[in-house]
Order: sequence, then C-alpha cells, then structure tokens
Amino acid sequence: MYHSEQLVKELNEIARELRLDALEIIHERGQGHPGGSLSASEIVAALYFHHLKIDPNRPNWPERDRFILSKGHACAMLYAALARRGYFPREELHTWGHLGGRLQGHPDRLKTPGVDMTTGLEGHGIPIGIGLCLAGRRKGLRYRVYVLVGDGECGSGVLWEGALIAGKYKLSELTVIVDYNGVQLDGPVHEILPLDPLVDKWEAFNFATLEINGHNMRQVLEALDAAKEIHDKPTVIVAHTTKGKGVSFMENQSKWHGIAPNHEEYARAVAELKGRS
Amino acid sequence: MGNVSVRKAYGEALASYGAVNPDVVVIVADVSSSVYTSFFAERFPERFFNVGITEQAMIDVAVGFTLGGMIPFANTFAALFLRTLEQIRTCVAYAKTNVKIVGSYSGLSDFKDGPSHHAEADIAIMRSLPNMTVLEAADAIEAKEMVPAVAEFEGPVYLRISRAETPVLFDETHKVEIGKGVIVRDGSDVTLVGCGVMVSRCIEAAKSLAAEGINARVINMHTIKPLDSSMLEKAALETGALVAAEEHSVTGGLGSAIGESLAERYPVPIERVGIADTFTETSLNYEQLLDHYGMRVEDVVNAARRAIKRKKH
Repeated sequence: MYHSEQLVKELNEIARELRLDALEIIHERGQGHPGGSLSASEIVAALYFHHLKIDPNRPNWPERDRFILSKGHACAMLYAALARRGYFPREELHTWGHLGGRLQGHPDRLKTPGVDMTTGLEGHGIPIGIGLCLAGRRKGLRYRVYVLVGDGECGSGVLWEGALIAGKYKLSELTVIVDYNGVQLDGPVHEILPLDPLVDKWEAFNFATLEINGHNMRQVLEALDAAKEIHDKPTVIVAHTTKGKGVSFMENQSKWHGIAPNHEEYARAVAELKGRS
Repeated sequence: MGNVSVRKAYGEALASYGAVNPDVVVIVADVSSSVYTSFFAERFPERFFNVGITEQAMIDVAVGFTLGGMIPFANTFAALFLRTLEQIRTCVAYAKTNVKIVGSYSGLSDFKDGPSHHAEADIAIMRSLPNMTVLEAADAIEAKEMVPAVAEFEGPVYLRISRAETPVLFDETHKVEIGKGVIVRDGSDVTLVGCGVMVSRCIEAAKSLAAEGINARVINMHTIKPLDSSMLEKAALETGALVAAEEHSVTGGLGSAIGESLAERYPVPIERVGIADTFTETSLNYEQLLDHYGMRVEDVVNAARRAIKRKKH
C-alpha cells in the first residue's frame, strides 16, 4: 500500500508527541524506562495511529487486532499512545503508578482499557500471541496479533520456545517486531548476550524476516503491510533502533534503560524533542 | 472395591466433555499418550495442540487461548510444571486468565521413574499464588467429575491427577463442588482429612480405628484452595482433633493449609501425614513407596491416636 507523504509526516509528528508524553510521565513519576520507550516511538505510533484494526470505544471488541507489549517496561510509550487514542482520559497519565490507579508500573490487562495482555517480566508475548492466533482461527475471527519484543528480552528461553511453536503452526496472523536498540539493562547487547546473527536466527525458526530502520516511518509502515501479505508463516520485523532516540544524552546509553531524568535533564530533553536545542 | 486408573478416567472425561463444550482446547507437552489427552486428540484433532517439550511456552499459549475466549487445559507431569512457575504466577494467576493446569503423575505415582519425576511440592507452590484454585482428585470417578467442574469454573485452576490405579470410592452420583469438602464417613472422636489417594487410606484407617472404639470422621478435601474452612471448623468443634493426610510434602501442603486455617480460631491438635521434608526414591511398586515414605494406613491410625491424646479434656 502506498503511504502518502502527509500520512508519514503526521505519524512522525505523533511519534514525537508520544516521546514527549512518555518522558513527561517518566519524569513526573521519577520512575520508568525512557531508553526502550523512546526507541519504540515510531513503531507504536504506526501501529496505534494507522495500522491496527482497533476501536477505542470497544476495547474488548472480539475482532480487534491485538497488540502485546512483551517488553512491558516500555509502557510509558504504550500508555501515552492509548491515552492519545482515547482509551482513557489523557489526564489519567498523571496517575501512572499511583496506589489505587489504573496504570500499573507495567501493563495490566485487568486495570487499563486497551491493554490486551498483562506483561512486565520478559519473554511471554510471543507464546501468548500464538494462543491468541490459534483461538482466532477456532472462532473464525480474522484478527492479527502484533508482539513487540526487546532485544535483551531475546535472551528468554520461553520466547524461543514460542518461536518454534509459531513456526509449527505457520501462524501468518502473527507479526513479531524486535526493537533492536542494541542496549539492555546492564550494557550493550553484544557484550551482555550477543544476538547476532539475529535475522538468521528467526529464519532458522521458520519466520519470514524483514529488516528495517525502526525510526523510518515509511519503512515501518511498509514492513507492517508486507507482513500481512505473507500467508504461510509468521513474520518478524527486526527493527534497528536507537535506545533513547531523540534525546542526545540518552541515546545508546544503558544508564537510561530504567531511570527518570531530573528537572534539568528533562528540560534539555524537551527542548531537543521540540527542536529548540 | 477395585482399582481404576485416575489419569485414564481424566483423559476419557476430557474427550467426552470436548463434545459438550466446543470452547475447550487441549494443549500438551509431548506426554499425550502418558496423560491420556490422546483420547481427546483422536476425537478433536482440530482442538488439540501438542507443543513438544516447551512447558513454559505451553502455559503462555494457554494464556493466549483464554484471551481469545477459549478454555485451555494445559497438560504435563506435575513435576514439570515447576519449570513454568513464573508463567503461572505472572500470566495465569496475576493476569487472572482462565487457564486449567493439569499436573498428572502427581505425588509418588510415577514410582518407577524416581524422584526427578515425583511431585512432592506442587500443592505448596500452587496454593501460595493468589487467584489460584488447587484441586486433587481422590479417585477415578472424582477425576471424571472434575473435568466439567473445572471447565465451567471461571478462573485459574491447578488440578492434580494421579498416574496410579487407585481404589474407587464414589459411584456415578458423586458430584464435585469446588471449594466444598465431602464428608465420606461421619464420626465424633477425630477427623481424618485427606486428599487424593490418601482419602482411601483415611477410610481404611477409620475402619481400623473403629475396631478399637474410636469413631473417626473422614473428609475428602478435594479442594485444597480455597479451603472449606467452615467444614474444618465444624470438625474441630465436634471432634476436637484432626489428622491431615496427603501424598505430598508435609511442608506447605494440605496439612499446612489446615493448620493455617484453624490456628487462629480453633487451635485443636492437628497431626500431619505425608512425605517428610525429604526427596524420595525409586521403587518397583507404588503402594510400597507410599508406605515407605510414611503414608501407610497405620501411619494415619497412629497420627489419629496421637491427635486424640493431645486433646485438652
């Protein structure tokens, strides 16, 4: 499908705004994961504001596409997208992590409208997505399932167990996106637990593979479309991204995996994202 | 009273129930012919998923099925479910997904394969998880009755199924109500509370105690969580002493659950019969193994005598 310049421009603007929203609530709360939220902005924007078949007025619509944020620590980005998409009031973003609130430290399907599955501890998204795909086939519902995984998360054994099963059942309804930002909690992925050749690994697990720049909106959109045209196997989109993308001092720094910016850092980040650096 | 295979009764019941409820799917981790999900597979191949030795993913796949409105029964050996604890805790119990986890080859019933395959800690672990319901079938009839009860119950369930052929205690009129214990014999001197195969041994113990003039009540506590505390409190009040008997470690199992339940309001003497805090061994014979690890009828009888002796008169 051709994507107009206008659409790409709009989605890029949304991605930028999602970055600002995510950073705002991470800063406000003094907790969160900026690095892996910022790396996923274009992917989340493309999904929630263009690609997914969803209806915020019917968060439990049986025929909706499903999105599982397997890298649940990036939930600031998900919450920002859900609020902006209308699943809950935008003001509620400011209650993130408050005792008694609906926005938990990591996504909770029972508390937050629009969250398709509870996540937080890595590795589960793909096998859960498989069950959803198989259930859709049983029920005759033609929804698709999208799972966003982190690169550090690719160390989880259960993820690769799931990859084997997805290959067995030729789950073409399943699109896995790897946010390959190259940095995990303790340091660079290539030092902590190397994944390369990552695309070859997925090929070996009988996935169709696409490799893109995860910050190039047109490439993201085209890859999501291309996955829908593959009918005999699941697809993985290996999206090369930058941890902390858009904030110069956060980029590629494992330090920014799981800490919030202070007032001064936050002001600098906002200035950069608003183009006033 | 002949012995009948509990796992086979479960497998047959699952296949029968598959015809009743089109939302039931069965997932298994390469042990289908062992746990008899093969019966379901023959009748409903389109609702049967053998995922190989991927127990952790099997639980998550089951979770996904529930998100799509299906009722998945996930099957493997009870011992193997321990490797899936984080999945069960996070994606099943915490996320409150309607997954039915069936731990077959429970307790020492896989006597021949040895302690690697024995499940002595599963009740303790599963019952410590919020939102989890924990069941154990006392005989083949109860295993059969539990299939529809579990499927129609809304929420996560861990069901313990024995590999063994065990004495049949109930007839076809037996109905399972989750959360309600079953008084299988009345008595006023002591209460023997069992689950699984130990219910039959409690009944034998009660007969033996009757011969010496002790009137023992016997309860089949098929639901270990949520525990039927009102039935237990009544037993504590009316009989003044209890024995808990289980094919499980005495650490954290049924006996511990009963102790926790009664300690605050009805602190009557409680004696526990089960596997001491130890790993077990291989045996050529199931009954011999139960006997060796302290689960003889005589062990229940002795525990009852001790409990009665400790009563405050």
